[in-house]
Amino acid sequence: MAIQNIRECSVLRLTVKNHPGVMSQVCGLFSRRSYNLEGVMVRPIVDTDGKLSRMWLLLDEPDKVAQIMLQTEKLEDVLNIERHNFNDSVFDKASSFFREDIDN
Amino acid sequence: MSDTANSPESQMPQQLSGAQLIIKLLERQGITTIAGVPGGASLPMYDAVAGSKIKHILARHEQGAGFMMQGMARVTGGAQVCFASSGPGATNLITAVADAQLDSIPLIAITGQVPQHLIGTDAFQEIDTFGLMLPITKHNWLVRSAKELLEVVPEAFRIALSGRPGPVSIDVPKDVQNEIIEITEWPAIGVASPAPEFDEKDVETMLTKIRAAKKPVLMIGGGIVYSGASAKLREFAEKMDIPTVQTFMGLGILPHEHELSLGMLGMHGARCTNYMLEECDMLVGLGVRFDDRATGKIDAFCPNAEIIHVDIDKSEIGKLKNPTFSMLADVNEVLAIANRNLEAIERPEWRQRVDELKEAHPLVLDGQDDVFRPYGAIKAVADILDDTANITTDVGQHQMWVAQAYPFNRPRQWVSSGGLGTMGFGLPAAIGMALAQPERKSVCFSGDGSLMMNIQELATAAEEGLDVKIVLLNNGHLGLVRQQQTLFYKDNLSAVKYQQRTNFTLAAESMGVKGVDLATSENPLEDLKAALLEDGPCVINIPIAVEEMVYPMVAPGGANADMIGGEA
Repeated sequence: MAIQNIRECSVLRLTVKNHPGVMSQVCGLFSRRSYNLEGVMVRPIVDTDGKLSRMWLLLDEPDKVAQIMLQTEKLEDVLNIERHNFNDSVFDKASSFFREDIDN
Repeated sequence: MSDTANSPESQMPQQLSGAQLIIKLLERQGITTIAGVPGGASLPMYDAVAGSKIKHILARHEQGAGFMMQGMARVTGGAQVCFASSGPGATNLITAVADAQLDSIPLIAITGQVPQHLIGTDAFQEIDTFGLMLPITKHNWLVRSAKELLEVVPEAFRIALSGRPGPVSIDVPKDVQNEIIEITEWPAIGVASPAPEFDEKDVETMLTKIRAAKKPVLMIGGGIVYSGASAKLREFAEKMDIPTVQTFMGLGILPHEHELSLGMLGMHGARCTNYMLEECDMLVGLGVRFDDRATGKIDAFCPNAEIIHVDIDKSEIGKLKNPTFSMLADVNEVLAIANRNLEAIERPEWRQRVDELKEAHPLVLDGQDDVFRPYGAIKAVADILDDTANITTDVGQHQMWVAQAYPFNRPRQWVSSGGLGTMGFGLPAAIGMALAQPERKSVCFSGDGSLMMNIQELATAAEEGLDVKIVLLNNGHLGLVRQQQTLFYKDNLSAVKYQQRTNFTLAAESMGVKGVDLATSENPLEDLKAALLEDGPCVINIPIAVEEMVYPMVAPGGANADMIGGEA
């Protein structure tokens, strides 16, 4: 289903332990609780010796955001979670990479 | 050789394999019993367990092993460990792990995995155990070096036991089990982390609200049992004079005959219980998660009530029912503070109204004097046993009859698969209860559908000589499915009758377990008594009529006020 207005989506900023299973743990939580995930960006956090990663999630779930944050926070490898707006987020800045007419 | 592994101080360096390390770390955690089934990818672990202090129970199926350790964990509250090999060994464990997740049981599943260089190659008995366990555990690991075990094993216990308990799984490739490392220092053992801190003033705020309510009800569940708060809850209920409903997981917190107890609520609760919830003006949920089998249609649950919720799992607060006041806390700590200088009050009008409801709409135990009727069989067993017996069930009609009618009088006396509703749970769970507490009778009420799902574990019960009694309410059908087809599908009975009946007493005898068939007994009550009171495993077959129903019943998805059957 197409999202109505991407600017109304929520953006979650996660700090997670960086290991091979952590993407599965976060994305698995979203699929099994049927939360709609519109976007994911992940990179190791610089200066943490590869121990931590930053994960940005784009959500189109206005009614469920609070519950989603509580469930995500329960994951052992999620150290911190914050809610941000779409505007000026990593997804906003990367918008041009997700258009059909641009060959990026 | 002295056992240096159990000493906390740093030691002379020891050379140990990953497998030996696992066993030593489990011994240090106080594990005395492990159930499992060995296989190719867990051979090093089995080599190590053979010379250890840990007793290994050879289950006949990995699912049986998982449920045995659940049985131990459920009656003791401690974390327990089961073993399986890779591939089918791990997939066979899945149901028992998922069951532990839904009922918040601290089960630790340790599985063998193919060597790391074969992972991802579709090697023999290779399966993505990490991926399979991920959605059904609190946390899980694929261990990549023997050194990691020093961190992962204690952490597994900490996570399984902390906050809301639950299962964890550790997948250990065979090369990690074989890797030799030098140990100079042992890690601290894993214990539960402290519960979330809370403001004591919140307790006073909650008490003020509860005192002000005219028609309050306490809804108590597994959280009270797991936090060890049953005695405090009883004192609290009595001093605040509040009628109390128990969830399926909370049965036994208040004694069966306690004047404030209205038994189980929800789909098969008594009419008076569900009617009382319609009328209450405040519902105080303590250690509960508002499961749909308890609440019925959530919008219609306690329509006139202000909700207060105390739970240790933050994500449960507001998940289904928005409370007007909530506390994120260990309910045992909250009640300890609440009970300090708690002034007793009385609610004569509300209590009188509740008594009227109990009088007008009691739980009707039809046939309770006939051992060949469900309630009669349950009552006969309860009359023979005392409160020291641990009681478990399988899943289906028999489970609901036991939940309604068995006089549970202490927490952890009642062990049953609530959230996942797993047929085949009962027999291996009963074995686990007997392993944990051999001094108590371990009784499993079952049905002929459920018992067949893990019947192979009768051989395990016989091998261990355990005092396990299977009371089989046998109607030759999948009774609860049949009941729903009768009530909601116009009697269109589809795939619920076993055309080929099983002779369960013969099946039991074939595995070294005594079989007693009350159908052919000249004095059924005497034979039941003799079978229950003698030592050793036994299957007691009690034929019941296929038309027996569990009443009252709320239709799935329906409101609790709309009950079918069970009128006085």
